[in-house]
Amino acid sequence: MVERPQVAIIDYHMGNLFSVQRACEWAGLEGIITSDPRQVERADAVILPGVGAFGAAMEALNRTGVSQAIRDYVAAGRPFVGICLGIQLLMSESCEFGAHRGLGIIPGRVLSFRSSLDADNLVKIPQMQWNRIQAPRGHPTWEGTLLNGLPGGTFMYFVHSYYVVPDDSSMMIAKTSYAGREFCSALQLKNVFACQFHPERSGPAGLHIYQSLADRLRSRTPAQITQGAAQ
Amino acid sequence: VNDSPANIRIIPRLDIKGPNLVKGVRFEGLRVLGKPEDFACHYYDAGADELLYVDVVASLYGRNNLSHIVERTARQIFIPLTVGGGLRTIDDIRAVLRAGADKVALNTAAVKRPEFVKEAVRCFGASTIVIAIEAMKRPDGSYEAYTDNGRERTSLDVFEWAVRAAELGAGEILVTSIDREGTGLGFDVGLTRRISEAVPIPVVAGGGASTPQHVAEVVRSGRCQGVALASMLHYGMIEKYRGDRDFEEGVTAFLQSGRDHSVFAGVSLAEIKTALTDQGIATRPWAEAGVRNG
Repeated sequence: MVERPQVAIIDYHMGNLFSVQRACEWAGLEGIITSDPRQVERADAVILPGVGAFGAAMEALNRTGVSQAIRDYVAAGRPFVGICLGIQLLMSESCEFGAHRGLGIIPGRVLSFRSSLDADNLVKIPQMQWNRIQAPRGHPTWEGTLLNGLPGGTFMYFVHSYYVVPDDSSMMIAKTSYAGREFCSALQLKNVFACQFHPERSGPAGLHIYQSLADRLRSRTPAQITQGAAQ
Repeated sequence: VNDSPANIRIIPRLDIKGPNLVKGVRFEGLRVLGKPEDFACHYYDAGADELLYVDVVASLYGRNNLSHIVERTARQIFIPLTVGGGLRTIDDIRAVLRAGADKVALNTAAVKRPEFVKEAVRCFGASTIVIAIEAMKRPDGSYEAYTDNGRERTSLDVFEWAVRAAELGAGEILVTSIDREGTGLGFDVGLTRRISEAVPIPVVAGGGASTPQHVAEVVRSGRCQGVALASMLHYGMIEKYRGDRDFEEGVTAFLQSGRDHSVFAGVSLAEIKTALTDQGIATRPWAEAGVRNG
């Protein structure tokens, strides 16, 4: 049992990572903002947050060598959380400003709201608002995931122009609708949990997710963390 | 596509001068109302969807000293925080983001050098960059953009500037009617609607609200995705802080006097959200916001 587990928060020099760090602190975790592959390797859990452009983020991850450290970390079955751009970076490819290769940890694509929605100025992109997350068919409960304990229909804070489409839809654990389109707002694949919304900006409901992560890191061995019910 | 696909965001706006929360009328005659952190925490607990901090004298003095207040606030609240006022360089933006802001609102620096918007978007992502537009109506019915809290004219047409800002990559527009600001006479609905119809990015309306009905009107007819509220919320909060008179600077005579404000009855976030829900306008229910540390 670790008293104050260390969480590596991957830095690629865009946006505000401090809210992620403060949410970790709130939950009793030590959040370390880093782009050092060795720091990632040592951490009890890794969070890949994100705001900004897919291409620039991948370039930064590749330049520092942290992208390989992330792949190794996930492959070792250790607890990994992707947030917002972080869920998108896990995919194989994105169409944002031309095609880009992602981390390729989850087979799937990243699509734009703009090309899939009617180009009306009143359908605002980015989606910048609180919106509900719902359990999809096939995932009637959130037991065994970091969403466990939250009621269906909980409001979370979203800011994004793109969304993920995993090839295997069974890994989708939450869905959300925006302007008539339903998209994957959270997914889980073994030790990987990822969400399109920002738990650290979603008030008490979002902090619940950090608390769940902290509880698991304190009470279990790392390999069991996000596998939940499997242990 | 329905009229309002969005869940409307209710955003308390906190104008800050030095260490204090202030409020004026049309950006003038600033009164000290209390400590911004106290109001911010209260609004977080009460179900605010975001918070907006504006350093109202920053541009005037060429400074932004909100970082300490932002840092203290960001430790306690876990909803998005936008910070504006006097941000002139990429480093200025980085500093407030580092202190805990999620978005920055740019006006003066963006008007002076529109390329700055593009650079900021490239550095921090579109959704981090909000363009704040202060609009004043001209006698011929057109609108001119102002800077420095309504002090400086720009000769820019508000609608052309809004479209340009969106093209430069900004993620959101905050439009404030200077004519209505602090008056409680209601939003400039026509101004809001013309901007919202002209740009593909979210629009937040500010200036003039004193009742939930004003909010409902600007959402329904103004077609905005959020509202920035100040006096309407603050004057309801003042009672709680009358005891705290430890102010370092500013015009505190209003607080000390114990007077009520004649225009603003003081409305709570819960009352506003309930009123919107009753009228079929989607918003995050205040009851679900729960309490801090809950």
